[in-house]
Amino acid sequence: MQLLQYRSQAVAKPYFIAAIGLFVGQILFGIIMGLQYVVGDFLFPAIPFNIARMVHTNLLIVWLLFGFMGAAYYLVPEEAETELHSPLLAQVMFWIFLIAGALTVIGYLAIPYASLAEKTGNNILATMGREFLEQPLPTKLGIVVVALAFLYNIGMTVLKGRKTAITIILLTGLIGLAFFFLFAFYNPSNLVKDKFYWWWVVHLWVEGVWELIMAAILGFVLLKVTGVDREVIEKWLYVIITLALITGLVGTGHHYYWIGAPGYWQWWGGVFSALEPLPFFAMTIFCFNMVNRRRREHPNKAATLWALGTAVMAFLGAGVWGFLHTLAPINYYTHGTQLTAAHGHMAFYGAYVMVVLTIISYAMPRLRGREVNPERAQVLEMWSFWLMTVSMVFITLFLTAAGIVQSWLQRIIPSAQSFMAVQDQLHIFYWLRELAGLVFLVGLTVYIYSFFAQDKPQTVESGEARPVTT
Amino acid sequence: MSAFFTKSMARNIFYGGTLFSVLLFLALTLHTTWALPKRDHRENLTEQVARGKHLWETRNCIGCHTLLGEGAYFAPELGNVYPRRGAEFIKIWIKAQPTHVPGRRQMPQFNFSDQQLDDLVAFLKWTSEINTENWPPNIQG
Repeated sequence: MQLLQYRSQAVAKPYFIAAIGLFVGQILFGIIMGLQYVVGDFLFPAIPFNIARMVHTNLLIVWLLFGFMGAAYYLVPEEAETELHSPLLAQVMFWIFLIAGALTVIGYLAIPYASLAEKTGNNILATMGREFLEQPLPTKLGIVVVALAFLYNIGMTVLKGRKTAITIILLTGLIGLAFFFLFAFYNPSNLVKDKFYWWWVVHLWVEGVWELIMAAILGFVLLKVTGVDREVIEKWLYVIITLALITGLVGTGHHYYWIGAPGYWQWWGGVFSALEPLPFFAMTIFCFNMVNRRRREHPNKAATLWALGTAVMAFLGAGVWGFLHTLAPINYYTHGTQLTAAHGHMAFYGAYVMVVLTIISYAMPRLRGREVNPERAQVLEMWSFWLMTVSMVFITLFLTAAGIVQSWLQRIIPSAQSFMAVQDQLHIFYWLRELAGLVFLVGLTVYIYSFFAQDKPQTVESGEARPVTT
Repeated sequence: MSAFFTKSMARNIFYGGTLFSVLLFLALTLHTTWALPKRDHRENLTEQVARGKHLWETRNCIGCHTLLGEGAYFAPELGNVYPRRGAEFIKIWIKAQPTHVPGRRQMPQFNFSDQQLDDLVAFLKWTSEINTENWPPNIQG
């Protein structure tokens, strides 16, 4: 049986492996930070909190990008019904991106950040030291080079082959991703302008064009596992991404309430971002609808579970937890508290981590030469799904509780207390969060183990030799 | 979704809706650009403030602190630290780090010169004067 319809799809495999490897690093640093919240001097001065956080968030972004690229390399040839334009270019870019990413993390950990900035040309063009955009200039330029080469490769493949709504939406999202990253190079000395356009990278990525990438990946996997008519799936995708961009673009305004921009953003941002749950709600309806209307029972049950889980968790994390504090009168008290952290964790996990794990779950068995994983491997993978997802729900709930108490003690009551005095009273939530984080790590360990799990050899009761059926 | 709503209709609504949203967002951005000078008081944005921002960035302060509510949530908000603590306290505090109190959150020692400390304070002072629609709700940040 031909598992890969096009041989060049195989370039996706190293991208997925690297993604999972960096995911492990991200979680380990998350656990270090979680402990530093309660044991403040843990690993100080070897790994100060700001360094650990930079590694945690940057690894997340980089492994998701690896996941998106792997997804594109896997699904675009199949959708376009043609081999990838240049598998070699994809392989070269993989190594460039991996080495650049590794060097960047080593730089963060081994050299004081100020020296790193000086050594890497930050005095020529200052772009570093802004949240999520901490990468040295050479890394940022590397990201641009990799993104352009990747877009060229995918774009040429789409152009020479069949153009489906899935590939068009994916490509639109990826072009948007590359375009908005260019604002990472704009860093005026005016902090207000700096912050205003910083969001053009951060918000317009995760609440804008990434949703297109996510919809395309989900649409592709559902098309494969449910066998539902392409017309139906692609119509849904257009509805979802329409809702995403109509609400998300002007919804950027919910970040402009308190950073110096005019007060009218409280209305524009509030109204439009209050509608941002809609695309995620549509995604949930879409996923369950497609699975209910399935025309085949696909043997990859784990992939279907991940797809449904993505829809639900993205709606909860990005939709509901975003809505909780998006209106200006509420955000006035919760802005920049642990509630923001709660939303950030569940939204990133529910939307983007899970969609990448969905495509990996579907594609990886095929890339490894089998249609689906053995039964036992699938069971373990589904266990890891529940361990990671439930522990992320608890991380979110504990941080939400911490955020509410923090807002109350620090900002609402008349005798408001100082930041650190309040933090000392939140330890119980932070300990519980750390515990949930450790369960997440267990889930991740099970996940990785599932890749190596084999079915137990059948006990040969009849005493007959059985032919090997693989 | 029933048959009268076709894929090409959905696609056209996507293109139209997106175009409309982009134009609306750009129009609002344009108006904001026009309105900002009165709100950020850029006439006070001196070379010293710019140097202070550069120090803020190259020490990755945002990795622990929030500034106007954005950043990490590990250490206090610094958008209003200037009115909260005053210039002298800020400088003494930075020079005294880390506290080495067991179990407490630690801030690194950055070995700033006196001029660098003044630059940083100038940046924090300028930041505290931005019109933030009265955020944060109180002096605690």
